[in-house]
Amino acid sequence: MTKEEKLSTKFETRDIVVPGDLLYEGRIRTGENTFRREGNVYSNKVGLVSYSQDRVSVIALEGTYTPLVGDLVVGMVIDIALGQWVVDINASTDAILTITDAINKSFRTNFDMTKVLDVGDVVVAKIVDLDRRRTPILSIVGRELGKVHEGFILKITPSKIPRLIGKKGSMINMILRETRCQITIGQNGRILINGRNREDEELVVKVVHKIETEAHTSGLTNRIQEYLREIKEDRK
Amino acid sequence: MSKTTKKKTTKRKTSKKWARVDGRKPDELRPLHIESGVIPNADGSAYIEMGRNKIIVGVYGPREMHPKRLSKPNSGVLRCRYHMAPFSVDPRRSPAPSRRDQEISMVITDAIEPALFLERYPRSVIDVYAEIIEADGGTRCASINAAAVALADAGIPMKDLVSSCAAGKYEGKLVLDLGDHEDKKGESDVPVAYLPKIDQVTLLQMEGIMTQEETEKCIELAIEGCKQVYEAQKEALKKKYGMVEGAEEKEEEPDEEETVEEGKKETVEEAEEE
Repeated sequence: MTKEEKLSTKFETRDIVVPGDLLYEGRIRTGENTFRREGNVYSNKVGLVSYSQDRVSVIALEGTYTPLVGDLVVGMVIDIALGQWVVDINASTDAILTITDAINKSFRTNFDMTKVLDVGDVVVAKIVDLDRRRTPILSIVGRELGKVHEGFILKITPSKIPRLIGKKGSMINMILRETRCQITIGQNGRILINGRNREDEELVVKVVHKIETEAHTSGLTNRIQEYLREIKEDRK
Repeated sequence: MSKTTKKKTTKRKTSKKWARVDGRKPDELRPLHIESGVIPNADGSAYIEMGRNKIIVGVYGPREMHPKRLSKPNSGVLRCRYHMAPFSVDPRRSPAPSRRDQEISMVITDAIEPALFLERYPRSVIDVYAEIIEADGGTRCASINAAAVALADAGIPMKDLVSSCAAGKYEGKLVLDLGDHEDKKGESDVPVAYLPKIDQVTLLQMEGIMTQEETEKCIELAIEGCKQVYEAQKEALKKKYGMVEGAEEKEEEPDEEETVEEGKKETVEEAEEE
């Protein structure tokens, strides 16, 4: 870094910033959770600032879910409209699931939609598109997608989902290995858990809560592994 | 009881030198305490104690708006509700929303709105509920302070925090952050809400009589107060993460956002094998 660049960064990487904090003075690309005003870059969320070579971004510590194409989400059917289901996916707008995205074959207009999904059903779905009003369009055609029959849902802050997954899935794979539960992580902050027995499931709940409260710290995967081992030994 | 006797003695002691009812300096805030993340079921929340004011604020959203006809097609809507608990004042008040509650709700909405990026959430609503548990003058300012912290705690994108503080005239002197007594007995009261980093006033009300010069000084004084409040707000937001902050080793994380996709797929596959 040249002297000039050093002057324009206002924080150290991984410092906590709050909305309105000046992050960078001068020309640089704005990354996630930042905005530009009068040529300077500011934070718009509570988070950890991160400077890279050509951009400055903030890793959010809190945040609601913003639907993106390709996301796997856990949703709840809240209404049936003409030819489509309305699904609550914990975002600012409800998502739409049309019949064509739900069953992979032709259907008649008098088709009874409740036979596929009814109000109150839980689905694992993929966001395939955002329409022109930015309403998410879902699909349940595909492997591991569709109606959920067993298990329970755990909710966490959506901004902490990346931490739960870890680098290349390191965290979640470790948890899967240690607890032997089926875990489906929705990007919208809903986690579907289905274990062989109650004890295993409780273990997952404990671990997920620990991750949520300590999401902003480093070396988390190792600490969680230790934590899991401790609990297991206590049980023995 | 001891409180009242204390007050009397301070007044007597400083009878020659002018002092405020609670012994503060003219430009001194009441003791301020803010806490964030106090309601687990809300998306964001905050609790504020500003003097004897006690206010809890919950933020929900952005979420689907009901009734739908109130939503806007091109932007989100901020909906604030200011409500005084029946036991918050003496004598007890009716829990039904009064005309005053409605007005202050509107005023709070207008004060906070400029700090938000509402255009990012078309057809949605952000709900802010401020419940006054104990009132002691300047509740609208305290509510704004807590609401700003709660909104940031909810992870809602903001241009800046909103800090608020009142200044006024009491016994002929300009004073900062009026308490209930000063509010009622004083000559004038000027609540101000302020975006500290953008340097913009978003709320300016005035009650009572002052000269033009006094009013200008009052606003300046209030803005100074807001800046002090801002520091407390910032601290409250950071404090929530302060507990485990010390043990940081600085590794991992930065590039993990990219690996999310991959991790997700693996999860599904792994789950299937089980």
